[in-house]
Amino acid sequence: MEEETDTRKINNSFLRDHNYATEADIISTVEFNPSGELLATGDKGGRVVVFQREQGTKSEPQKRGEYNVYSTFQSHDPEFDYLKSLEVEEKINKIRWLPQQNSAYFLLSTNDKTVKLWKIRERDRRPEGYNLKDEDGRIRHPSTITSLRVPVLQNSDLMVEATARRVFSNAHTYHINSISVNSDLQTYISTDDLRVNLWNLEITDQSFNIVDIKPCNMEDLTEVITAAEFHPQQCNTLAYSSSRGSVRLCDMRKQALCDTHCKFFDEPEDPSTRSFFSEIISSISDIKFSHSGRFLMTRDYLTVKVWDLNMETRPVQTYQVHDYLRGKLCSLYENDCIFDKFECVWNGSDSVIMTGSYNNFFRMFDRNTKKDVTLEASRENSKPRAILQPRKVCVGGKRRKDEVTVDSLDFSKKILHSTWHPQENIIAVAASNNLYIFQDKVT
Amino acid sequence: MFPKGTKRKFSDSGDEPAAGGEDVNQPSSVAVRMLSSYSLQRQSLLDMSLIKLQLCHMLVEPNLCRSVLIANTVRQIQEEMTQDGTWQIMTQALSAANAAAQCSADRLVATEVLCRQTEATQGEQVLKPFPAVGSEGCPAEEEEEVVVEEEGEGGVTMSTVSPQAPTSYLPGTFGMDPCWEEENGEDEEEDEDSEECGSGSEEGDSDRLVGDSRTAEQVFGTFEIKNPAPSPDPALEELFSDVDASYYDLDTVLTGMQSAPKMGPYDLLESLSSHGPSTLSSSTSCRSDLNELDHIMEIIVGS
Repeated sequence: MEEETDTRKINNSFLRDHNYATEADIISTVEFNPSGELLATGDKGGRVVVFQREQGTKSEPQKRGEYNVYSTFQSHDPEFDYLKSLEVEEKINKIRWLPQQNSAYFLLSTNDKTVKLWKIRERDRRPEGYNLKDEDGRIRHPSTITSLRVPVLQNSDLMVEATARRVFSNAHTYHINSISVNSDLQTYISTDDLRVNLWNLEITDQSFNIVDIKPCNMEDLTEVITAAEFHPQQCNTLAYSSSRGSVRLCDMRKQALCDTHCKFFDEPEDPSTRSFFSEIISSISDIKFSHSGRFLMTRDYLTVKVWDLNMETRPVQTYQVHDYLRGKLCSLYENDCIFDKFECVWNGSDSVIMTGSYNNFFRMFDRNTKKDVTLEASRENSKPRAILQPRKVCVGGKRRKDEVTVDSLDFSKKILHSTWHPQENIIAVAASNNLYIFQDKVT
Repeated sequence: MFPKGTKRKFSDSGDEPAAGGEDVNQPSSVAVRMLSSYSLQRQSLLDMSLIKLQLCHMLVEPNLCRSVLIANTVRQIQEEMTQDGTWQIMTQALSAANAAAQCSADRLVATEVLCRQTEATQGEQVLKPFPAVGSEGCPAEEEEEVVVEEEGEGGVTMSTVSPQAPTSYLPGTFGMDPCWEEENGEDEEEDEDSEECGSGSEEGDSDRLVGDSRTAEQVFGTFEIKNPAPSPDPALEELFSDVDASYYDLDTVLTGMQSAPKMGPYDLLESLSSHGPSTLSSSTSCRSDLNELDHIMEIIVGS
């Protein structure tokens, strides 16, 4: 797949341009909104930055499709839980957009403990000519008011305003790892390590627990929930993945508490590849329903699997992301890389899936042609507007030119978060504190 | 950050062949070598996992998923070693070492029971400092001290593994000094209970507690707050009536609360109002906890 790199180093105004990543600037989530017009990123410092796509003008047609900063706001602040003597990190774990229903945009953002609903709207008008107030807001003295006038809306500079409309807190004992908006657009779920809670977007002081896998005796704990998502069309269906490599599909119509699943997706382990790390690498880090709702994609440490919802026994497709790491699992366990949680995404038509890897590589798999490609998000190795060259990891034997050996991979440069435009071939990839946006070559 | 391209220390995959040049007429020696290499790897993996687990508890916000995965790995290794018979060998060796250090097996059991903490202390905190603090008298001591004492005890050479972040203790944490000891030169294993019981005081001697196959669970199990006994004072009960007890019903260490007085409000009140420090173990380390308790009480009561 040819890709034109529109490598926007979106850190001109607010992100610092350092060689090392300032901890707070590390991007922790990226998400396009349902129309693709907006792109939101959340970082470790609790900030959300929203980019908007330029419409382009006749004089500068090449500018069409560029994403520029639209709004920046501090979503979450660090908190201190006095009862547990614990700091609650402000890092944004997930952002999910709501479909646009009026001129304002809404998104849900969450840290480890609290979910917030933000409203982002433009204000390009403001009322002027108040009867009782001065222009700068001071109350006028009654004796100076001699006539009645009604404020008129005047055009002013465009201002994008973000306000927190709802704060959903105190419902999670453990760290929230996912949020997912229901197709009914009225409810959403928030998921932590052991529980899934159902919320109504309007009600902040109440949430329903619908999945609880906490054992009575914590000594028996062997499995945690790693991700959960609502079905894109069926508002009663949700899926959640576990650290044991299985996915459970639940139907909320069946019972109020969905502890018993309706479907259980689990592939039996291949005994030939069994090792002490088998369980750790089978832990699912991300699940995504396809846009069609027919398939479900799971990402574990070394593979991406596509499941047909109608078949629970095994996935219909398995893609090797970086199988050359299989022989390095011990080292990766030692340096904790084996616990990295990679995300995976579908393209708009569900024909291509994408996921990240190390060395700032990311991989795309075409489900129809069975071709795959490895690309790199790096400023050094690609110029803006240049076509990305496929990369290759040399697994043994002679290293060809431009190939990278496994031992020279930089495990500190990992692409955990990425997102695909819902209709077009535009992807956004987060590499520590840098955001890369790539799109198909425009002819 | 991580080194670029981690260097392999030994064969990562357990089935790498032994060094080249082996005579094919001696398959048994190759097999033996592979087997011992495998045991070494397994051992090293167990060591690494236990260290990671302990470090998990040192972090301000331990990651539950990571802890569970590591604990499962440890359990898996233990099970395999039990099947091999290696676990029994290790147990016996440790018992022998303990006997040499004049510690009785009873204390092993006692500590285990302590760590499980169900019936023994109703309504009390799970993590008690090991009463064997008297043995060497080093609650929360430095590792160097421990080493010195070890060597004086004859026979067992130990080296301590420094924690990676010894200063990242929470305020009031006293007992989480890992004092993680590893025996060198032998294949034997360290105990996990030392980490679970939390306080450094139990590291005072070579009294190493052999976990049974359930020790991995104890990592999580020790940190449950048991339901408190009803408070004798109904007025105090009222104070906390609107507090949702389930909020505290969590494996608090896994979410980071590491100060020794890991008590719910009922327990605090009970111990402070009725018995004073006698409900707690009499180790000196707990006296500092009392100040913590007072402080926490102030916060809760709002005085």
